[in-house]
Amino acid sequence: MNSTMSLRVFAIIIAVAALATLPLWMGGIYYINVASQILLYAVFALGLNVLVGYAGLTSLGHAGLFGVAAYATGYMLQLGYGHTESILVALLVGVASMAVYAVLSLRSTGIGFIMITLALGEILWGLAYRWISLTGGDNGINVPKRPAPFGYSLSNATNFYFTTLIVFLLVVVVMAIFVRSPLGAALRGTRDQPRRMNALGYHVWAIRFYACLFSGLLTAVSGILFVYYTQFISPQTLALTSSAEVLLMVIAGGPGTLLGPIVGAGLVVIVKTVVSGFIERWNFLLGAIFVAIVILMPDGLVPGTTRLWRLATRKRAPVAAKTEGAP
Amino acid sequence: MSALAVKDLSKAFGGLKVTRGVSLDIAPGERRLIIGPNGAGKTTLFNLITGELTPDSGSIHLFGQDITKTPSRQRPHLGMARTYQIITLFARDTIIHNVLLALLGLSTARWNPITDIKHQGHLVEHGRAALERVGLAAIAERPLSQTSYGERRRVEIAMALAQNPKVLLLDEPFAGLSIDERRDVHKCLMAIPRDVTIVMIEHNMDVALEFAERITLLHFGEVIVEGTRAEVVDNPRTREVYLGH
Repeated sequence: MNSTMSLRVFAIIIAVAALATLPLWMGGIYYINVASQILLYAVFALGLNVLVGYAGLTSLGHAGLFGVAAYATGYMLQLGYGHTESILVALLVGVASMAVYAVLSLRSTGIGFIMITLALGEILWGLAYRWISLTGGDNGINVPKRPAPFGYSLSNATNFYFTTLIVFLLVVVVMAIFVRSPLGAALRGTRDQPRRMNALGYHVWAIRFYACLFSGLLTAVSGILFVYYTQFISPQTLALTSSAEVLLMVIAGGPGTLLGPIVGAGLVVIVKTVVSGFIERWNFLLGAIFVAIVILMPDGLVPGTTRLWRLATRKRAPVAAKTEGAP
Repeated sequence: MSALAVKDLSKAFGGLKVTRGVSLDIAPGERRLIIGPNGAGKTTLFNLITGELTPDSGSIHLFGQDITKTPSRQRPHLGMARTYQIITLFARDTIIHNVLLALLGLSTARWNPITDIKHQGHLVEHGRAALERVGLAAIAERPLSQTSYGERRRVEIAMALAQNPKVLLLDEPFAGLSIDERRDVHKCLMAIPRDVTIVMIEHNMDVALEFAERITLLHFGEVIVEGTRAEVVDNPRTREVYLGH
């Protein structure tokens, strides 16, 4: 194992240990809830990153899918079904909705794809507002109780955090496996050279379609976590601003990286929930941060920081070598 | 049976007829050179043969099988591979990763979402063997961004060879190469066994004439001369539209 690899493994161990012990050292329920939000939005951003980062397809309608899964959970619970059935149906509805999204939007790439996903997201938002018998309209749907799998109640903040953490870690592992797999490599190939991939024998449309389904599944997972976290779902969750927000998480952190969307989710959620308590114009601050990222680190925070780190260590290396060689 | 038979192939972009009733009959193992001035429709002809463009009329047969309506993505599975005039590679990846993508294109493993691509043992072996054929095995792990133009041309050829094609279409493989790089690419091409039929577009007549057995001259989308090297070079029409006096 080389030194970069050992450093990476060490960093992962420290990060997982910090997350696993967070309720012990993080003061108060409020901050534990903020951590839960960061994790569930990180899952959402990782789902979107499958398309934006690895397939080169920018979606502006993912909040619609996120909301559909959340509504499906809430509606099933309202009908009297148990949590297991509700979650399974929500996952199915989320993936099926993404399949419809994909069939309609994969007719195009680039700006065409963005506009079709935006339109589909707006349709779902409109349905959430107007189909009152199903969605409750502006009043939304309440989820009175969180589940208690194997008697482990998720009603308190700490237990909910640990459950979210387990789901988050599972998603990260699944993503790490996927991006290293042949299908992951093929997906990146369709992002970089779709014409060439076609000439090499790949079915570019089918690869993108599967990527959409995978993205839809992760988005549905995050939507379910969200509805259990807030115990409420309303049309605002499906709004264009929510789609833009999660897209900014991906772009700010670094699309096409595993860590980028997680860092982006942390940044947005912290500014939105914590910093907004101290700064009235937090939107302005968030905007300024994004402008700074785009100017200084156009690839995103994670690739930008990695590049700076490499530059710094490369500059230091010859100096160290000289010192070692000196008499 | 012909390796590749093109009959009365035509294609127009609006009012511009870029391919006009082109017919080719290429025997198995043949080395065929397609020449012609800029805008003669050589690359369009390749794009029609590989299915990247749909012909308005005419037919294409690969070893007797009509592939005129076969989607372009399925043609590599039938034994057709190509390289591009403008190098089209995966710039963010290593050389071996580029070749692995070519191999995966024909393997069912491309749908595998679990196993690490580096653990596809037999594919990695085949990829290294393809790189060995073009003399790049020693730098297989090098990122493509750190390679020279000539090395990238050879990666293109390695990707095509990795797919074990029966018919290989080379679009200007010597374009933009230095004398040394040209020699390297020429060596790679000469080493390709006879069970691979090669159709090549090339402007560099020194290397191309040495390589080709039969030559087709295209002009304004039409075949105006076809024959052996000597026949085509000696034809006054060739001198008039292409070689000059």
